[in-house]
Amino acid sequence: MSTADFAAFSNNAIAFASVVYVFAFVAHLAEWAFARSVPVTAPAGSSAVAAAEPVAVGTSGAPVTSGVDTPGGAAGASYDRRADEGRAEDGRAGRGPDAGELSGRALSVEKLGRIGVALTVLAALLHLAGLVTRGLGSDPVRVPWGNMYEFSVAGAFGVTLIYLVLLRKYALRWMGVLVTAFEVVVLMLAVLLLYVPAGPLVPALHSYWLVIHVVAAVIGAGAFAVGAMASALFLVKARAEARGTLRTTGYVARLPESSVLDRIAYRVHAFGFPIWTFAALVAGPIWAEYAWGRYWGWDPKEVWAFITWVVYAAYLHARATAGWRGKGAAVIALIGFATVLFNFVGINLFGSGLHSYSGLD
Amino acid sequence: MTAPAAPPSSPPALTPVELGRWAWRQLTSMRTALILLFLLALAAVPGSIVPQRDIDAIAVGRWQDSHPELTPVYEKLGLFSVYDSVWFSSIYILLMISLVGCILPRTRVYWRGMRARPPKAPRNLGRLPESRSFAVDVPPASALSAAREALRSRRYRVDVHEGDAGRGGSVAAERGYLREAGNLLFHVSLLVVLVGFAIGSLWGYKGGVIVVNGQGFSNSLSQYDDFAPGALFGPDDLSPFEFTVDDFRVKFLESGEQAGMPTEFSADLTYTERPGAPEKKYDLAVNHPLSLDGGSVFLVGHGYAPRVTVRDGEGNVAYQGPSIFLPQDSSFASFGVIKVPDALPEQLGFEGLFLPTYGFSMERGPYSRFPDALDPVLSLLPYRGDLGLDTGEPQSVYELDKDKLDVFEKDTGADFRLDIALGQTKQLPNGAGSITFDGVDRWVKLQVSDSPGKRIALGGVLLAITGLLGSLFIRPRRAWVRVREEDGRTVVELAGLDRSAGGDLGDEVDELERRLRERLAAGALPDPDASPVTTGTNPRKE
Ligand code: HEM
Repeated sequence: MSTADFAAFSNNAIAFASVVYVFAFVAHLAEWAFARSVPVTAPAGSSAVAAAEPVAVGTSGAPVTSGVDTPGGAAGASYDRRADEGRAEDGRAGRGPDAGELSGRALSVEKLGRIGVALTVLAALLHLAGLVTRGLGSDPVRVPWGNMYEFSVAGAFGVTLIYLVLLRKYALRWMGVLVTAFEVVVLMLAVLLLYVPAGPLVPALHSYWLVIHVVAAVIGAGAFAVGAMASALFLVKARAEARGTLRTTGYVARLPESSVLDRIAYRVHAFGFPIWTFAALVAGPIWAEYAWGRYWGWDPKEVWAFITWVVYAAYLHARATAGWRGKGAAVIALIGFATVLFNFVGINLFGSGLHSYSGLD
Repeated sequence: MTAPAAPPSSPPALTPVELGRWAWRQLTSMRTALILLFLLALAAVPGSIVPQRDIDAIAVGRWQDSHPELTPVYEKLGLFSVYDSVWFSSIYILLMISLVGCILPRTRVYWRGMRARPPKAPRNLGRLPESRSFAVDVPPASALSAAREALRSRRYRVDVHEGDAGRGGSVAAERGYLREAGNLLFHVSLLVVLVGFAIGSLWGYKGGVIVVNGQGFSNSLSQYDDFAPGALFGPDDLSPFEFTVDDFRVKFLESGEQAGMPTEFSADLTYTERPGAPEKKYDLAVNHPLSLDGGSVFLVGHGYAPRVTVRDGEGNVAYQGPSIFLPQDSSFASFGVIKVPDALPEQLGFEGLFLPTYGFSMERGPYSRFPDALDPVLSLLPYRGDLGLDTGEPQSVYELDKDKLDVFEKDTGADFRLDIALGQTKQLPNGAGSITFDGVDRWVKLQVSDSPGKRIALGGVLLAITGLLGSLFIRPRRAWVRVREEDGRTVVELAGLDRSAGGDLGDEVDELERRLRERLAAGALPDPDASPVTTGTNPRKE
């Protein structure tokens, strides 16, 4: 195939991927619509169990979170194990009720959920193909992240990738509806507003540090995105639990209990934070030193990468500070993700710094 | 924050020492660290919105011109150099003090904890988050040693408490001591990074210079167009290297939708590290700087320097050579001036655009169609009079001081403008002289800088990440095994506790159980069958 063919294929693949993400989103929506009338059989969502348990957790009633020296993580551990056992027995991913007890509607819920995941995998493959051919579609061949359109597409892929990688480990299927919605929105915006034709890189981007820096930033930001979704749902679930408005059916009821959501959020953030540290405070400065003769110059992009870093450090601290763990920490995590988005959108489009590579005039 | 942790009622008068202690405790509390981190993040924001003097002095000037009323206020607040401002510095200095105040006691606690024995088994192991219990037919003493071995094989530190007369006892075990070490390393490394950063900004320097092709540069203060030294930098610290820019090459995309985008630029340098040293060649490009002892040279920009010859009214050559024009946009339409102080009878000046590839439209007037010099044209307004160079005040080489200058006028009264193609000569009105467009040189903008301490900063960040990984992923755990005789059999209880936000405790206890049973089976003499009694997973028993 010629360069132009690759470039054209890339555009098609991204368009297809968007459509498949839409289908995946619809499947997950339908999953949850059906679930409205299906009671949760396993008490996956009942916080009463955790709260009533005599294990000393310190904070009575408040969502059980795990910090220094609190054994609260245990609730989550048992949750994970449960998911594993469920899978081992009937080959079912995640939190679903036992096969034998499934009513017709419950089966549909299960089926739709699995269709959603399968479609997400398909969309991710198309998405990846679109990225790879984008690189091949430029002359000379290069990494597919040199302007804002490509950053958006690559960044969105990072989010799907992290989600799919962690899907089984943490039984994340409840997050599918958010992830696919996110992908649809980002890819649409990228294609409609940010598209520029494939072309070579501006010289400032000619560096293998570009590869290292951007890969790390995309993975870190992807983890933060997934973490933000878990934190947001944690807030929803914790509120329902605290108010006692938890019903036995529907989306919120089927979410893992808040302590589990909190722990998943923590783990994903803990994974993302060192990678972000590397991207923003090691690879970025080294590259900046080569390209611009200074490793740190408070360029707007650098400022916001730093702000993001500080906010997530605050998140990790909040989890170990009385009065902040749980809700406070989750809010900080959401602020952190807002800073990631602003850095990406705000600075690239409106900024004037050295980092403005949007490729749009 | 309105002193959240202040004592609830008004405190009985504190002695200065007590007050000092109290303040120190507040400053070094986790909550204060959290708040300071927030403040640091917030304080960094304005610097990304208001133009910063250290980054783009021109943008600052432009901003100040258009906001004359806000400018003095912003100036007072230090908003044009946020990252040197008193308030920004005080936040991070407080944070660092807090950090030290936090690290020191934690190191002491850690040191003690490391040498302490693992805490004894709690009375009721069944109430711990993960517990198992089963009966076996091995003597309690061998069960106890099997437990010790099993825990040791998982790299626990163990402490055996024998019961009376060989009737069982318990084993306490702990692992994951390095987590806190990682955490301490991370926090200490932040200080290292700051030290590296500080060394760079105190003893480093950064200077910019525009060099026309074929011309040279030697590293001394007078040669720089702009120079920003660190607070403790002395001009004698400049290392005496020299170089000449032999040639500069640039390629632009010629077709396609992104035509005009630069794809490559590089400059050939000939340099010597100190006077008398052998000459060397270097291919300087973006992302390929020249690193020398005491400074590195970076290629940060490029542009055009049209070469002209100006004859004055008396027919003498009054000026000849290249003049640096500054690019205005991505088409490299460039603005510049040519000053001819030696012209007679009146001094001459020219101001206008250099257009590397000439285009013209009614709406835009003359413009540049392409950034490469394919069809270069100079479009200039000539002036005559007094250039104002004798006042003694320094003047920018990129601007004309028009106080005492007049434009030439056409017969119609309109300003007289010259559009000169390459090689052309144009006459000025009234026999005031002529100007010839001889050729086009290119110039490069070079940045010379030195940031000592950057290796320290880099080492610091790498250490910090190492510590962070330990801090985030090492799971500190405790485990206990209690062995007792019951109805002629030996009951073994096993329980674990996770001391961090880790999780997976169940898997760990399962693994311990497996190892323990393996050893029990090997050690059991007559009946290796070990029947389970209960398995507990709190808080949700299954
Ligand atoms: C310079 C600013 C600071 C930054 C960027 C920072 C960053 C971090 C990060 C990223 C963690 C997460 C590691 C983990 O969860 O184990 C952490 C943990 C911790 N930090 Fe800081 N820190 C700073 C200052 C401080 C200060 C001043 C204190 C003392 C009050 C402190 C005390 C702690 C403690 C006790 C932990 C352990 C929390 C836990 O076990 O989960 N930090 N810090």
